Amino acid sequence: MKLTLSAFVGRIAFSALAALIGAAFALPLLWFLFAPFNARAELGLALPDPWTLSNFVTVFGNNFAVQALWNSLIQSVGGVILVGAAATLAAYALSRSSLPGKGAVTYILLLFSSVVSGSAAMVPIFLIVSAAGLIDTHLAVILTFAGGLLPTAMFILRDFIDSIPKSYEESAMVAGASPVQAFFDVALPVIRPGIVVVVVWSFVNIWGSFLIPFILLRSDDQMPASVAIYSFYSEAGTPIVTLLAAYSLIYSLPVIVLYLFVSWKFGFRFFGGIKA
Amino acid sequence: MASVEFRSVTKSFGSFNAVSDVSFSIGDGEFVCLLGPSGCGKTTSLRMIAGLETPTLGQVLIGGQDVTHYHPKDRQISMVFQDYALYPHMNLADNIAYPLKVRGKSVSERHGRAREVADVLKIGHLLDRLPSQISGGQQQRTSLARALVYPSQVYLFDEPLSNLDAKLRLEARGFLNHLQRDMGMTAVYVTHDQAEAMALATRIAVMDQGRIVQYASPIEIYRLPATTFVANFVGNPPMNLVEVEASHGNGSLQLRADGLSIAPLPMTDVIGKALATSSKLTLGVRPEHLHIAQGSAPNTITAALFANENMGPESLVTVDRADAGRVTARIFTDDHLQLGETVTLAFSPEHVHLFNSKGDRIPAAGE
Amino acid sequence: MTTEPHSDAPKRKVKNFALLSNRAGAAFLTPAGLLVSIFVIAPFFWVIFVSFTNRTLLGRTALNPEFVGLANYFALFDPANFFQRGQFGFSLILTTQFVLASALLGQALLGLLLAWLIQTVPPWIKRITETFVIAAWILPEVVIGFAWFAFLDRDQGTLNALLGAVGLPPGDFLLQQPFWVIVVFNTWRGAAFSMMLFSSAFSSIPPSYFQAADVAGASSWQKFKDIGLPLIRGHIVTDLILITMWTFNTFTPFLLTNGGPSYRTELVSIYNYRVAFNDFQFGKGAAVGVIMMLINLAFALVYLSIGRKKKR
Ligand SMILES: Nc1ncnc2c1ncn2[C@@H]1O[C@H](COP(=O)(O)OP(=O)(O)O)[C@@H](O)[C@H]1O
Ligand SMILES: [Mg+2]
Repeated sequence: MKLTLSAFVGRIAFSALAALIGAAFALPLLWFLFAPFNARAELGLALPDPWTLSNFVTVFGNNFAVQALWNSLIQSVGGVILVGAAATLAAYALSRSSLPGKGAVTYILLLFSSVVSGSAAMVPIFLIVSAAGLIDTHLAVILTFAGGLLPTAMFILRDFIDSIPKSYEESAMVAGASPVQAFFDVALPVIRPGIVVVVVWSFVNIWGSFLIPFILLRSDDQMPASVAIYSFYSEAGTPIVTLLAAYSLIYSLPVIVLYLFVSWKFGFRFFGGIKA
Repeated sequence: MASVEFRSVTKSFGSFNAVSDVSFSIGDGEFVCLLGPSGCGKTTSLRMIAGLETPTLGQVLIGGQDVTHYHPKDRQISMVFQDYALYPHMNLADNIAYPLKVRGKSVSERHGRAREVADVLKIGHLLDRLPSQISGGQQQRTSLARALVYPSQVYLFDEPLSNLDAKLRLEARGFLNHLQRDMGMTAVYVTHDQAEAMALATRIAVMDQGRIVQYASPIEIYRLPATTFVANFVGNPPMNLVEVEASHGNGSLQLRADGLSIAPLPMTDVIGKALATSSKLTLGVRPEHLHIAQGSAPNTITAALFANENMGPESLVTVDRADAGRVTARIFTDDHLQLGETVTLAFSPEHVHLFNSKGDRIPAAGE
Repeated sequence: MTTEPHSDAPKRKVKNFALLSNRAGAAFLTPAGLLVSIFVIAPFFWVIFVSFTNRTLLGRTALNPEFVGLANYFALFDPANFFQRGQFGFSLILTTQFVLASALLGQALLGLLLAWLIQTVPPWIKRITETFVIAAWILPEVVIGFAWFAFLDRDQGTLNALLGAVGLPPGDFLLQQPFWVIVVFNTWRGAAFSMMLFSSAFSSIPPSYFQAADVAGASSWQKFKDIGLPLIRGHIVTDLILITMWTFNTFTPFLLTNGGPSYRTELVSIYNYRVAFNDFQFGKGAAVGVIMMLINLAFALVYLSIGRKKKR
C-alpha cells in the first residue's frame, strides 16, 4: 500500500499548498471584509464591534463622494454605449460584408491597439483632447475610452459573429426580409450574448480606470470615484479610513456583481481575458 | 409556382470554379434533385437560385424573368436550410410566422396561418416552445413550416434531412414526397444521398466537379447512366465497372478481362468510333443483375469470394479480382459460400452497359 | 396554395450579393473607424511629431512649440546621467527588472503552479483559492492600491501584525524595499490571468492522456513535465508576451508608491507621467512615449506573427 499512501500524502500536500497560496492572496483583501462595517476602523485588521452600516451612511452624506460615484457612472455608461454600438456595427461589417481590405484593417487595428497603451500615449491623448477643447469634461473620458477599447471589443465580437451561422440572416432574407430587418430581427438578438460580454468588459474597464481620468479631468465635480479614492488616501495627511473603506467597497460592488453575473450566465471563465 | 432556368451559369471563388457553365431548366411543378458528392457545387447552384450567391457569368431565370441580380427577398422563394436556421430567441409560432411578419401581415393573421401550417406538419402543440426545446425531427418540420407558410414560386432544399437519424429521415422523406405530389410545388432539392434523390425527384441532375453530368428522370438515370461517374454514384451498391480490352471483326465485338467470359456482342458504328480512340472500354453490370452460376458458362465473371454479407432478404456477395477490383452481386438466395472459394457470377447480355475510355456511355443498339 | 402574381415593380439590382453590402459595411465601420483613428492611431503619429518639439504644458512653448530635432532623445539618453535615479536609463532598467521579476517569474510561474494545483485539489479548495486570486485581478486598481496601502502600513498593517505574531521584526516595507513591494504587488495583482489561461489550456488536454500516464505509473511531476507542459507550450508563449506587454505598460504601482521613495519605483510609465504632467515637458514626455511604443511594437509584431502562424 506504499503507492497509495504516498499518493495520499501528495494530495494533502497539494491541497495545503493551494490553500496557502489562496490565503496569501486573501490577506491584503481581508481588511476590506471588516473595516467598512466598523465605525472605528483603522488601518489595522480588527473585527467590527459592533457591526454597523454607519460608515455607508457617512459616505452617502458626503456630496463629493456621491458626486464621484455618479461621475463614474456617467463616464462608464457613456463609454459602454459608444463601445457597444460602434463595436457591434463594425464587427458585423467585418464578419458579414465582403468589403475589400477587411483583413488588413483587422490586422492594423490589432497592432495599434496593443502598441498605443494609455501610459505610452498619455501626452498625445492629452494634447488631442485639449485641442478639441474637451479637457475636464465627461466626454473626454468617454471618447478616449471608446477609442481605446474599441479594437479589442471589435475582435471579441467579430469572432463571436463569425461563429454564428450565416444561415440565420440568409433564411430571413430568402423569406423576404430586407438587410435592415434581418439585422435587427435576427442577427442582433443572436449576437446579444456577445454584446453583453463586450459591454460588461468595457464597463469594468472604464469604471476601474485611473490614469485617463486622472490626466484629463481637473475639477472635483468631474472626478470619477477612482480618482476620488486616490486623492482621499494619498493627499490628506491621515486618510479618513472609515469613509474610505466603505466607499471603496461600494465602488467595487458593480465590478463584483458583473463578474458574478457573467460567470453565472455564461460560465465564461475567461471573462476579461483580454484586459486593455 | 414557376419554372427555373440556368443559362451558362459559372460561379468562381477566386480562380476556382465551383460551378462551370451549367445550363438546365426546371419546369413548373417539377421536383428536381441536385445529386452529387460533397463539394461538387450543389449548394452553390441552389444558392444562386436563392440569390445568396451571384453568378460570375450567365443568367438565372425564375418564371421566365431574369433574376440574376435580384436580392433574395425579391425572388418570392422559400428555402429550407441544412442546419434549419431556426431563430433561437423566437418561439415556434414566431419562427414559422416570421416571413409573414416581414410581409407586414397582422398578428392575428400571422398566428392563424402559422397554426394551420403547424397542424399539417403535426407540430401545432409545440407553438410556444423555443427551438432548443424540441427534437431534431420537430426542428426539421418547423423549418419546413416556415418555408410553406407563404406562397412561393420555388421551394429550395439544401440537404434538409441530413441531420436526422435514419428512421426519421425515411419518415420525413415519405412526407415530402406526399407533399410535393399533393401541392405540385416547383422544388429544387440538394442531396448527396442517391436513394433520397431517386425517391423524391421527378428529374435528377447529377453533378460532378461543378458540372451537370446527366439530367434525366430517376428511372433513366438508373437504366441508362450517361457516364461511369453516374453509374458509380447511383444504385446501392453502385454498378460494377470492369475494365475490358476490346477487339472486333466480322461485325462482332469481343471483350476480354481476367475472369470475364462474355459472348461476342453485336458491333455498331458508335462502338467503332469509340474504339478508334482506344481499345480500352469499361463494362458495367448492376449488382442486382448478377446471380450465382455453376461452371464456366458464357457471360460470367469468375473470381475468389471476398465477402458475403447477409442483409436479411438478400445478401451481398463480393468477389475479388485482385488488381482489377472487386465485383459485388445482390443475391436473393442464401448459398453457403466459403471465403476464398471460386465463385462464378452470371449476367445476361441485355444488362451490360458499355462506356468508352473517357467514361461516356456507348448507347446500345436501339437506345 | 396560390402564387401571388409576380410584381413587376422595379427592383434594386445587387451587383454581388453579400449579407451586408459594401456600402452598408462601410457605413457600419465608420463610427468605430473614426473613434479609433482619433484616439488610437492619431496619438501614435502625433506623439512622434511632438517628441521633436519643445512643447510644454504652460508658457510660451505651449502655444508655439519649436522644432528641436532629436534634442529630447539626446536628453533621455544623455550618458552623463543616464543611470542616475530619476533619469530615463534608471527607469528603463528598473522596468526591465520589474517585468522579469513580477511578470515572467512571478505571474507566469505562480499562474502555472496554481493552474496545475487546482486541477487536482478538492473542489472547495479550488473554488476558494480561485475566488481570491481572481478578486485580486478584477477589483479596481485604486481599491487594490488602497488595500495594499493599509496592508503594508508600518504601525497597524496586517502584514506587520502577522510578522509580529510569528516573532519577526516589523518593517516599513514601502520605504525599505519599495522595488520588491511593487514586484510582489504586481505578481499578486496579475497571477489570475496566467492561472486562467493555463488552466483552460490544461483542461483542453484530453483526460485520457493523463489516465494513460497514470496507468504507466507516472508521478504528478512527471505528468506535468512530460504531458502537461509540452502540450501547452503555445499558451505559455502567448501568456508570456501578453503579461510582458501589460506589465511593461502598467501604471498601477503609482497608486501604491507614487514612483518613490526617491524614484526607486519609477517605472517608465510613471517616469513618463512625471516628465509630462509634473515637470510639464511634453516634448520629452512624448519622446518617452515613442520609445515605449517602439518596444510595444516589437512585442506586438512577435505576438501577431505567432498568432498568424497558428491560424495557418
Ligand atoms: N464562399 C466560398 N468561398 C470559396 N470556396 C467556396 C465557397 N463556397 C463554396 N466553395 C467551394 O465550392 C465548392 C462547391 O461547394 P458546394 O456548392 O458547397 O458543394 P456541395 O454543396 O456540392 O457539397 C467546394 O469545393 C467549396 O469548397
Ligand atoms: Mg452542400
